[in-house]
Amino acid sequence: MRVEDILTAEELVSLKLRSLYSQNGYAQYKMSKFEEYDLYAANKDFLESERIITFTDTTGKLMALKPDVTLSIIKNTELKTGEIKKVYYNENVYRVPKNSPAFKEITQTGLECIGDISQSSVAEVIRLAVLSLAEISENSVLDISHFGLIDETLKTASLSGQAFKQTLKALYEKNAYEIGNICASDGVSAKDCERISALAKVYGSPKDVLPELKNIFGENESVKELEVLVKALEMSCDTKNINIDFSVPGNIKYYNGIVFKGYIKGIPNYVLSGGQYDKLMERLKKNVKAIGFAVYLDAIELLERAAGGEDLWKC
Amino acid sequence: MEMLSVALPKGRLGEKVYSLFEKAGYDCPSIKEVNRKLIFENPEKGVRFFWVKPSDVAIYVERGAADIGVAGKDILLEYRPDVYELLDLRTGKCRMAVAAKSGFKDDTRKTLRVATKFSNIALSYYSSKGRDIDIIHLNGSIELAPILGLSDVIVDIVETGATLKENDLTVVEEIVPISARFIANKSSFKFKGKVIEELVCALRSFTEEKL
Repeated sequence: MRVEDILTAEELVSLKLRSLYSQNGYAQYKMSKFEEYDLYAANKDFLESERIITFTDTTGKLMALKPDVTLSIIKNTELKTGEIKKVYYNENVYRVPKNSPAFKEITQTGLECIGDISQSSVAEVIRLAVLSLAEISENSVLDISHFGLIDETLKTASLSGQAFKQTLKALYEKNAYEIGNICASDGVSAKDCERISALAKVYGSPKDVLPELKNIFGENESVKELEVLVKALEMSCDTKNINIDFSVPGNIKYYNGIVFKGYIKGIPNYVLSGGQYDKLMERLKKNVKAIGFAVYLDAIELLERAAGGEDLWKC
Repeated sequence: MEMLSVALPKGRLGEKVYSLFEKAGYDCPSIKEVNRKLIFENPEKGVRFFWVKPSDVAIYVERGAADIGVAGKDILLEYRPDVYELLDLRTGKCRMAVAAKSGFKDDTRKTLRVATKFSNIALSYYSSKGRDIDIIHLNGSIELAPILGLSDVIVDIVETGATLKENDLTVVEEIVPISARFIANKSSFKFKGKVIEELVCALRSFTEEKL
């Protein structure tokens, strides 16, 4: 009997991903199921859901069943200048998915690249994200955003605290007309409003989007970074499934630079999520940069169901 | 041709919205037949419509059972689905408001009792004002609550205000204007983006006539 006949689709993908990451120089990082609750309490809004399963251990310490992997890896990382740590993991996390009333065990495989990382390290991580999606399905899309450009554009517009948050929310919903309303009521200049709305409207292949961005934002560091990244990717992998899209959501307090989400046709939510989180590293008093991503393997089950669903429509 | 699944809200709003789709060239004549069918398709136009309870549209779209849908802004604010909100259809216009018995004065020394179907909207509105409230979640006949002394105020949708007036209730604060919004599943947008964009573009020309 072949391995493929025994393993589930989720297990097979997990195996392929682990093999992909280890072939590319990433070492497996195995961690405990539990972590001290304080780590999460101090960084709650980094987590996808704030609700955490806690318990008191035998020494009286308040512990948590891991809702996230990245924070544990960062906590245990001590690096000297010039060093880079590359790790991958395959772990279960426990969280309450959005709009769900109950906790769920979620299998997550991913990688983190921490340390003295350069633009080529960022390109390498994005390349691995593209290859990870390809291991799940050939019908995939990786949306890439740049939080530096979003942050700078919103700050230049001098939006008030509340309006800043509302604008970000509208941007993540591609809600250009709502952005117009917020800007109008917050007294944002027509030029700044146009630039923010453009972030909600402009999306597509890098070859179409980059010239548009240059037109709108002129000589801009973040746009240049995107351009350099795309060039590096063109040399190392197939970029036909890569889009630039500024509606990629994320917490701007933690993420900076390149942020991305991966989608598979037939799965309603993103299956891959990642980005540069130098701001989180600063917050945790680690003086190094970092980028990583996670693949949510439980979503693969939805892909199998979606395939069945298409048949249902045909009946 | 790949089909685009559309979830429309049952009722008057849904009918108005369907006529917009029809004008925009995305019609499906079988939808007007009187029968018990749940799903209506026009393979030539590549669209498949189905009617769902208005408050469920966002769930169908968020979970990908529908690629796109039309939902009131009230539903989007209440359930906060993770979807793209691509167009204000400028139809089904009304407002989310706080209403109370005529002559009501808020006694700020006491917790304000708020009856509503829209608990999240009410909570975030009053928390932005720092007001302590007691939410009484009801599923219908909200106007009864202040009349029977169950609550001090209600947070509800007000269209013409006729029901409020007939029951000696009055709007005391407006929270947010409401209208029907065109929403899309985020993943569907990645793979059927071109068709969805064409549809938004066609609908926009009709909604802008309403300006």
